[in-house]
Amino acid sequence: METTMDTDKTLSKTLLEFQELKVHFPIHAGVFLRRVGEVKAVDGVSFALREGETLGLVGESGCGKTTTGKAIIRLVEPTGGKILFDSEKMGKVDLCPMTRSELRPIRSEIQMIFQDPYSSLNPRWSVGDIVAEPLKVHEPGMGHKEREERVAWLLEKVGLTGEQAHRYPHEFSGGQRQRVGIARALATRPRLVIADEPVSALDVSIQAQVINLMQDLQEEFGLTYLFIAHDLSVVEHISHRIAVMYLGNLMEIGPAEVLYRNPIHPYTKALISAVPLPDPRKTRPDRIQLQGEPPSPLNKPSGCAFRTRCPYAEPSCAEERPPLLDAGSDHQVACPIMMRE
Amino acid sequence: MDMDDQRPLLEVRDLRTYFQVEGQTAKAVDGVSFDIRENEVFGLVGESGSGKSVTSLSILRLIPNPPGEIVGGSIHFRGTNLLDLSWDEMRKIRGNRISMIFQEPMTALNPVFTIGFQLVETIRLHTGCGKEEAREKAAEMLSLVGIPDARKRLDDYPHQFSGGMRQRAMIAMALSLQPNLLIADEPTTALDVTIQAQILDLMVGLQKETDGASMLLITHDLAVVAETCQRVAVMYGGKIQEISPVIPLFEEPLHPYTKGLLLSLPHPDRERRKRLPTIPGIVPSILHMPPGCKFAERCPDRWERCDREEPELREIQPGRFCRCHLHDEEGA
Ligand SMILES: Nc1ncnc2c1ncn2[C@@H]1O[C@H](COP(=O)(O)OP(=O)(O)O)[C@@H](O)[C@H]1O
Ligand SMILES: Nc1ncnc2c1ncn2[C@@H]1O[C@H](COP(=O)(O)OP(=O)(O)O)[C@@H](O)[C@H]1O
Ligand SMILES: [Mg+2]
Ligand SMILES: [Mg+2]
Repeated sequence: METTMDTDKTLSKTLLEFQELKVHFPIHAGVFLRRVGEVKAVDGVSFALREGETLGLVGESGCGKTTTGKAIIRLVEPTGGKILFDSEKMGKVDLCPMTRSELRPIRSEIQMIFQDPYSSLNPRWSVGDIVAEPLKVHEPGMGHKEREERVAWLLEKVGLTGEQAHRYPHEFSGGQRQRVGIARALATRPRLVIADEPVSALDVSIQAQVINLMQDLQEEFGLTYLFIAHDLSVVEHISHRIAVMYLGNLMEIGPAEVLYRNPIHPYTKALISAVPLPDPRKTRPDRIQLQGEPPSPLNKPSGCAFRTRCPYAEPSCAEERPPLLDAGSDHQVACPIMMRE
Repeated sequence: MDMDDQRPLLEVRDLRTYFQVEGQTAKAVDGVSFDIRENEVFGLVGESGSGKSVTSLSILRLIPNPPGEIVGGSIHFRGTNLLDLSWDEMRKIRGNRISMIFQEPMTALNPVFTIGFQLVETIRLHTGCGKEEAREKAAEMLSLVGIPDARKRLDDYPHQFSGGMRQRAMIAMALSLQPNLLIADEPTTALDVTIQAQILDLMVGLQKETDGASMLLITHDLAVVAETCQRVAVMYGGKIQEISPVIPLFEEPLHPYTKGLLLSLPHPDRERRKRLPTIPGIVPSILHMPPGCKFAERCPDRWERCDREEPELREIQPGRFCRCHLHDEEGA
């Protein structure tokens, strides 16, 4: 059953597609704030999200996951490439050249859930006001009564109660606050939800509750998730497909099962082998110890960004950024060396 | 409490550390007992607020007073009750025999001095050796914890180090004291998995090499426990709920809380995208703990007695302790 579901996703249509997305942040210094360089946070990333799937986006902190997610809803300015979105309201559009006001109607179709359930909710607003806010923006014609009913319905959908609308964020636990964030994201009936580390700040016993909730809501509303996380065990569990980033580049993308069991890119292999297993009898004789730490995105290595830490690097790796090569079974890898055999 | 003939390195008995919060008493650590043996990596695992850090700060006598106070119990280290020591005697223990690694290394490193200066001072204070020799040793320690160009990096300030490198520097500092007990409180929680793997391998490797050294590893991550510890204590609501060697804990947990935690973990051997079993409800506030078993209101095996009477931590199988009425002879 699991496999048929995954195959269905392969056939389903593309909802959003990054084409060579770039987000470079200028670095200014000195009294005159001269431009002294740039952080290549996202540096030519291409992949697609299919309708109804959960795509897990993983990689170490600073590799550009959050920036990729934020570029979709223009919380950061893309500096190159395209973000093609299949909008219900406007048809297929490139989000990159659009202004914020042009984007506004589309914003109801794309929502974001943030990592920190403490800072992402306005402490002075009641939970009801927080969840109602996107409705006021995107459905201004909606009457007060209808909006209240909708808020109560949303709160119940995420496992809270309608009465809790009158309470304030500080009266809720971390897990409950994350539920409020999810209710707010669902208010406008989005099709795409960008979830940036939605369970990372939660306790173990609460994480599973929120993961289950997100899966239930996905099924009920046909949501597509871009699920950003650094915890590979969580991503492996929830995702249909997984994309791996390193220093602003996409290294590997494929079905979760394939990527987790048979990773091809040396970075993916190292990343997966570093994840501790909750099984004291299983040691990791195969653990690939990466030397050192990722270089600064201020001076990325030429060619393959990973080559400075890669045990298999060859002189040719310094020449150009490796393209994504097809490894079969819906699996692509940006490493010509490993693909050579 | 210990089966071995050899006396444990550390014996914590009935430790109680309370905080005064808004006119109420928060029983952050409430009757905690465990042993750490010579040459052992002992894990203390639990969700946030369960009392792990307060336990470790109590061992070092670093509880801020007010609002906190160790109100009862004993902590014997090599036979001496640390709670009986004067402030000066305790400082010597902290500088020599027991050292600590915190989650956020910036709290332990002084931002206005170079890494080298801090290491050299620590080593000189500890060994009484000269400046040159201490600097030699400092460079050696830094390269031992995997910092490239160690000699050059001695002149860097903490902010010039990445998070992973600061954590390594702190480990170098803690290990240069050659402690008998290393307390590591969430030493890798703020780090990426590849760096976490490096640091854990490093700490466990060094612990094995250093004869007689033991480690108290505090974490919320059961997978980290599985990979590094020999024995583990599970905390909930300021109390230890279960103590066990690590293999039987994962294979046949005795306490319903441990069982629930293990089941709720995403695991690569589990069917993907299938609903995860969950522990219902939320962790109760430390100020509103139920009178009976602290876990009762979330427990699938709860019965009437659990609300009425708090179970004792008892030895159920040799070397395995559990605080649950399910395992009382007269109980279930
Ligand atoms: N607003 C910004 N200005 C400058 N640099 C930024 C900004 N936002 C992110 N960065 C940098 O971009 C890189 C990618 O960051 P981010 O997308 O947050 O990574 P991740 O989410 O994978 O941890 C990092 O080096 C980060 O410091
Ligand atoms: N300085 C303090 N003042 C008041 N309460 C405290 C203080 N330090 C810890 N506590 C309380 O003690 C309990 C246990 O905290 P802690 O040991 O830090 O938990 P853990 O390390 O397991 O996450 C918490 O409820 C916390 O709020
Ligand atoms: Mg991020
Ligand atoms: Mg703590």
